[in-house]
Amino acid sequence: MEDIKKLEEFQAKIDADLKIEPKDWMPEEYRTHLQRQISQHAHSEVIGMQPEGNWISRAPSLRSKVVLLAKIQDEAGHGQYLYSAAETLGKSRDEYLEELHSGKAKYSSIFNYPTLTWADIGAVGWLVDGAAIVNQVSLQRTSYGPYSRAMVRICKEESFHQRQGYEIMATCALGTPEQKKMAQDALNRFWWPSLMMFGPHDSESAHTANAMKWRIKRETNDELRDKFIQKTVQQAEVIGLTVPDPDLKWNEADGRYEYGEINWDEFWNVVKGNGPCNKQRMRHHIKAHEDGTWVREAAIAYAEKQKSKQLVA
Amino acid sequence: MDKKEALINYCLRLGDTSLILGQRMAEWCSNGPILEEDIAMTNLALDLIGQARTMLTYAGELEGNGRSEDDLAYGREEREYYNTLLSERPNGHFGETISRNFLHDAYLYHLYAALKNSKDEMIAAHAAKSLKEVTYHLRHSSEWMVRLGDGTEESHNKVQQAINDLWEYTGDLFEMNEVDNLLINEGIAVDMNTVKQAWDNTVNEVLTRAAIQRPEDAYMHSGRLNAVHSEYLGHIIAEMQFLHRAYPDATW
Repeated sequence: MEDIKKLEEFQAKIDADLKIEPKDWMPEEYRTHLQRQISQHAHSEVIGMQPEGNWISRAPSLRSKVVLLAKIQDEAGHGQYLYSAAETLGKSRDEYLEELHSGKAKYSSIFNYPTLTWADIGAVGWLVDGAAIVNQVSLQRTSYGPYSRAMVRICKEESFHQRQGYEIMATCALGTPEQKKMAQDALNRFWWPSLMMFGPHDSESAHTANAMKWRIKRETNDELRDKFIQKTVQQAEVIGLTVPDPDLKWNEADGRYEYGEINWDEFWNVVKGNGPCNKQRMRHHIKAHEDGTWVREAAIAYAEKQKSKQLVA
Repeated sequence: MDKKEALINYCLRLGDTSLILGQRMAEWCSNGPILEEDIAMTNLALDLIGQARTMLTYAGELEGNGRSEDDLAYGREEREYYNTLLSERPNGHFGETISRNFLHDAYLYHLYAALKNSKDEMIAAHAAKSLKEVTYHLRHSSEWMVRLGDGTEESHNKVQQAINDLWEYTGDLFEMNEVDNLLINEGIAVDMNTVKQAWDNTVNEVLTRAAIQRPEDAYMHSGRLNAVHSEYLGHIIAEMQFLHRAYPDATW
């Protein structure tokens, strides 16, 4: 009985658009849904450092090197706040990392695609961060307070990243014939995986109904994907690139683009671990974590020695 | 050699050293022992490459042939790079990176502290700005030296070994030639013997706190002043320059 009353109060708060805070009562499913979603988001920021980091040493100008380094540093910072937000739900960062390493937790499949050329760094900023922003703008109004506040901060930085990515893409697209080819190739490879970032169709999505009821998500996967397509197609046209969708056309009457269907077999394949880089990304992360074990142990041992010295003194 | 040639060479030494160490630090991206260190090391790389840009731009301006920072970074070969031998040492494990950086940060700290009084306004301004950054870098590496040196037996041994192995590259940091002599007379450069004394004090103080033994001075490698490097440098710059060189007509 008591739980039913609590649940009603909880839902009333949500319906009144009040934020749920860490110490508030929440249904267990709400907690686990958020633990899964926020940690997945944090892991994505961190794993995303790998494909982008792949080009720091080869960035074609010192300015572009500095911009890329600063961007990756921001992404790592986002990972850090998101882990902190996820920790308010009663699990430690170490536990979340164990779930990542065991394969229980996921990260965005987009980072299982390789960055093969410099233009891919443009595509990641423009398309991947562009898709992430559409999702994150919506999540600024999510019902869980710490997640919502993290999103407000993250959105500010992401919009810079998207502009920087577009700038790289535009510079290539408007450059020499080889650069233009590189830009078109990057768009060809990253377009569909970027659309897949929004997740399955609403009808296929296991988590959408609860997430909407609890206002964790404010818009559905399909609504967000549509927003992204409508704004991005025009950006491609402006720099003379062709979106690799033969069914894409402008519908004059509705004032919007119509588009083709995603290859869902590819989507599920990558989710299940068969993307070009799934194993590489995970091995890399686990190796860095394991190589760092002695460092973390030393830091703890040192801190404990200092503590006992203080006690003696 | 005239004053201008000497000054260009001096700027390349400073710029190249920051660039190569920055390139090394960027290799740590996504490989740090904890996320916070990943962020810190990327930040060091950012500061260092920023420093390199200032000095390479200035070297290009002094030269007066229209070479930009990128022309200098991407257009020179191994035998035209004047970075310190220490800056190009491989990262190795975290303790090796921290040891290399500590020895190097202490060097740049005292070098910039002295150069901020340089009679060349650009060098003085660059030194003052870089000193603020390097103060933080030195604090970061010193704190880790102490934590690792006085942490576990394993971390202590790893760092002691790293310092022993790197020691033979520290002599190169303080060598001088006619460039230094000419610029010291002009009040532009500083006497590296003075920098060495200050460096010795910092290194001794931190190594003592870290319970790490200072190695005996023995044979020291040399090469920076004549742009004679280890084999590592060629690989660092080959990777760095590949795209820029592959598309010479492109702008990015």
